Amino acid sequence: MASFLARRLGVMLLTMLCLTLIVFYLVNLQPNLRKLAISQTEMHATDQELEGWLKKNGYRRPFFARYATWLGVWPREPIVDPATGAAIPRFSWCDEPTTPKLSGVLQGDFGCSTKFKVKVVEKLGPALEATGILMFWVMALMIPVALVVGVISGMREGSRTDRTLSVISIATTSTPEYVSGVVLTIIFATWLGWLNGSAAAATEGHLSFYNFTLPVVTVSIYGMGYVARMTRASMIEVMNAQYIRTARLKGLGFASIVLKHALRNALIAPFTVIMLLFPWLLTGVVIVEVMFRYQGFGQALVDAAGNNDIDLLLACSLVSVMLVLATQLISDVGYAWLNPRIRVH
Amino acid sequence: MAEPVLEIDRLSISFFTRAGEIPAVMDFSCKVMPGQAMGLVGESGCGKSTVALAVMRDLPGVGRITNGSIRFEGRDMASLSDPELRAIRGSKIAMVYQEPMASLNPTMLIGRQLMEVPLIHDKVSKEEAHRRALDIVKAVRLPDPDRIMRAYPHQLSGGQQQRVVIAMALLSNPRLLILDEPTTALDVTVEAGIVALVKDLTARSGASSLFISHNLGLILETCDSVTVMYSGEAVETGRVRDVFGAVRHPYTQGLFRSMPLPGTNKNDNPLVPIPGQLPLPYERPQGCNFGPRCGYFVAGVCDRADVPMHEVAEGAGHMSRCLRVEAIDWSASAEKADQFKPVEIGPDVLEVDRLKKHYRVAASAIFAGKEGRAVKAVEDVSFSAREAEVLAIVGESGCGKSTLAKVLLGLETATEGLVVFDHEAIQNRPIERRPTGTISSIQMIFQNPFDTLNPSYSVGSQIIRTLERFRVGANDGERRETMLGLLDLVKLPRAFAHRSPRQLSGGQKQRIGVARAFAGRPRVIIADEPMSALDVSVQAAISELLMNLQRESKTTMVFISHDLSVVRYLADRTVVMYLGHIVEMGATAQIFSPPFHPYTEALLSAIPIADAKVKKRHVVLEGEIPSALSPPKGCPFQTRCGHKSQVPGNLCEREVPPAREVADGHTIKCHLPEETLRRMEPVFS
Ligand SMILES: Nc1ncnc2c1ncn2[C@@H]1O[C@H](COP(=O)(O)OP(=O)(O)OP(=O)(O)O)[C@@H](O)[C@H]1O
Ligand code: SF4
Ligand code: SF4
Ligand SMILES: [Mg+2]
Repeated sequence: MASFLARRLGVMLLTMLCLTLIVFYLVNLQPNLRKLAISQTEMHATDQELEGWLKKNGYRRPFFARYATWLGVWPREPIVDPATGAAIPRFSWCDEPTTPKLSGVLQGDFGCSTKFKVKVVEKLGPALEATGILMFWVMALMIPVALVVGVISGMREGSRTDRTLSVISIATTSTPEYVSGVVLTIIFATWLGWLNGSAAAATEGHLSFYNFTLPVVTVSIYGMGYVARMTRASMIEVMNAQYIRTARLKGLGFASIVLKHALRNALIAPFTVIMLLFPWLLTGVVIVEVMFRYQGFGQALVDAAGNNDIDLLLACSLVSVMLVLATQLISDVGYAWLNPRIRVH
Repeated sequence: MAEPVLEIDRLSISFFTRAGEIPAVMDFSCKVMPGQAMGLVGESGCGKSTVALAVMRDLPGVGRITNGSIRFEGRDMASLSDPELRAIRGSKIAMVYQEPMASLNPTMLIGRQLMEVPLIHDKVSKEEAHRRALDIVKAVRLPDPDRIMRAYPHQLSGGQQQRVVIAMALLSNPRLLILDEPTTALDVTVEAGIVALVKDLTARSGASSLFISHNLGLILETCDSVTVMYSGEAVETGRVRDVFGAVRHPYTQGLFRSMPLPGTNKNDNPLVPIPGQLPLPYERPQGCNFGPRCGYFVAGVCDRADVPMHEVAEGAGHMSRCLRVEAIDWSASAEKADQFKPVEIGPDVLEVDRLKKHYRVAASAIFAGKEGRAVKAVEDVSFSAREAEVLAIVGESGCGKSTLAKVLLGLETATEGLVVFDHEAIQNRPIERRPTGTISSIQMIFQNPFDTLNPSYSVGSQIIRTLERFRVGANDGERRETMLGLLDLVKLPRAFAHRSPRQLSGGQKQRIGVARAFAGRPRVIIADEPMSALDVSVQAAISELLMNLQRESKTTMVFISHDLSVVRYLADRTVVMYLGHIVEMGATAQIFSPPFHPYTEALLSAIPIADAKVKKRHVVLEGEIPSALSPPKGCPFQTRCGHKSQVPGNLCEREVPPAREVADGHTIKCHLPEETLRRMEPVFS
């Protein structure tokens, strides 16, 4: 098991290295750098001045040297004012090391956010926390409801309950978040006034049922139908398996059959789906955060992309990649744990 | 007289599907007396499992009992309430199924699955349940009971799983045990062990049993009475010795005649297949269901009205569903099918010398260890096949027969050794690199006729494609003619050229498989278990077809099988394989009489023979076939061999025995001295 984990972690790191390299390359393409330089210099700066700014701030160093510095395996050289010989930061509002030393992602230095004029870490930390809270409530709502719905409809295939629940599940999965978000807001916020259509207050620590329900429900509803359908299919398959007949012919009652024999087997497939759903929910989170003005990771990502905030964008990509890979690892390990036929070495 | 434990009276069951009502069982009656075993035998789809599930009151949703009753210990099963039913299931009636792996919960420990039974029915404490479960695991002779209790089903072999299922069924001392083809998925020697176990345990506990099987031989060995089913009806029933001694229904007679029993022989006494095929449930004829296939059919008598079951003169309780029982001369032997002169055996065509095939298995795709492990599928195999000869390769699952076939065909390349065909070494030449001539000269017939045909093309066009590939025929017209000729050859109507594979029965598909194999006029045909997926009566027809074709074309046939009865019937020479080794080889008659290799002896004794006159010596092997990943040191058979103690000095555990010639062309790979081998008693008498 330990060596399996070590191996998987190794592969994960390798994948991350490759992916960040690609993202680093794309984000640092010439047009983006030019835009950065324009935003950081005087109005109407000449091409030469722009080039000078880029050069001075180290953006013209060789690609791999810059990548290594960003990563934190190559020392970061401070930018020295040729006039005074003193180190000056890239951006006035953002401290950077004044002596050459390793300072990159590995050391926890993600650079500076040009949009929010703070260190990336200061922005990303709270944003991730906010999104974490959102995701937690999404999962806390979505998984139990989806599993219960799936199990109940799958345990008696074709019953009236099954047909009703199936129609609802299909309806929810086929409605994207931006539609359900709008519909829910109109009904519950505009007409009924029961809930708040903006979650902006929630970010400031005033999280309440009133302002937080709509975003949570909007994100959950999409995945919910999907997981429920998966669970139902898996449950139906299990309920028709021969070992369920064995259990029945042993004299077990229906409830014991479902709880003791069917459930664990039926959850193997949806478990994988749920873990793989995590990264996929991220897109939903982006839409919902923007829609409900919730200051989370999704909003940060949108802002970074929209404002050519290179360092923030890099950090966001890194987090996304990490999330995807981590959920995959968890899903593999969990699968092996649920399913004794899979032995990890 | 005692009350019957189970009494089924005029039971009819239908499935109500979208296509309409499908009557699966009609007017079925049978009685199981206390302590007795009733066998239920019949071909696939005749309704055996449906009867079993009806007894358990566990028919699928669309199935319904339309008539008749099932009484268990005098109570009508239909009248039981749900709680009453649950109290009976698993405690008074227990069931064992065909596929042991599928009938155990894959994510629950064996121990817990066993403990459930006493926990539900006897309301005992956990400790007591565990003690009982452990006892029963010991009773079914599983090795290392504590480990088994803590194992998951997939960690056991098929035979061990089936022992667990039997243990589960016997845990609460049921009055009636229903066994639905309990050994069909298992190897013959494992089957023999399970059958002996069931007989022993039911005899001790006094339980009755309903033993479902398609194998008459197995019924003869295990049961007191037998009911033969055909197309949803019981056609003959009675005590085993009456039915096997004096058959009184043409279908049962047909079954016996299509089985390769001792005494049959492909040249002097060939099998007589039952003509035609099983009618589909909604295409059953008027009058006697067996009418269209019956040799004694008389128009105006047999096709008038439904035939009732009625007692025949001899033997108490012997009943038949044939109107002409009195009129038929049952003692007349079968109309002799054509006899044949043995074909002249030619020179060697295919030679295999010290062939070895190891598969590397990597632990994991990424970062796998350098070494990996090797599955030693074929370890040391040498033999030759001659022109116009049928050479059988027998052995149980995992002994390497199919791997050997793949190397011969070029689907795999050899690890070491030689395969010589037409003076050319071909062991390292995969099929893509073999010249068309070689490919069409070595052809294959597969076990499963269902997988080898492409469902979206007509049968005719698939045969034509094969012809094109082998460059047979100058143009399309010629190839069409050849294709139609091939259909004639395999005795299918020419109109079948336009059918899609879906519209064919299993036997018909296998005929197409045979036609394709013969399309390129092959010199060698490798048939890998070509009949094991088919019913008895269809098996007979296919084996006759194969033998006729082989005889006429003087093709060499390498016939791979686990069924020694079939092998005795049709092979000229036989090779017995165990764990990648040839343990015995010789003319078929030599293999079937002493001196034997100890494994051959056990294999022979394990074949169920449906002939009450044949006396058999029982040699039951302990344990399971070892894994080819870690074969035992020394003699491959030493872990299960009963003669090992007769070899001094642990020689069997240290050295692989040499292949020794004990008679002309008869070799045995065993350390036992030749005199000891010669003194072995015959298995059959
Ligand atoms: N769920 C079902 N719906 C419709 N028809 C069915 C169903 N189950 C079985 N049948 C039909 O009932 C008939 C009897 O089937 P059954 O399974 O009892 O045969 P069997 O004798 O046990 O065959 P086998 O030897 O293959 O196990 C067959 O014609 C089959 O096609
Ligand atoms: S009733 Fe007629 S057709 Fe049916 S089995 Fe008897 S002889 Fe044959
Ligand atoms: S060599 Fe020994 S173990 Fe092997 S078959 Fe002969 S007696 Fe048995
Ligand atoms: Mg069946």
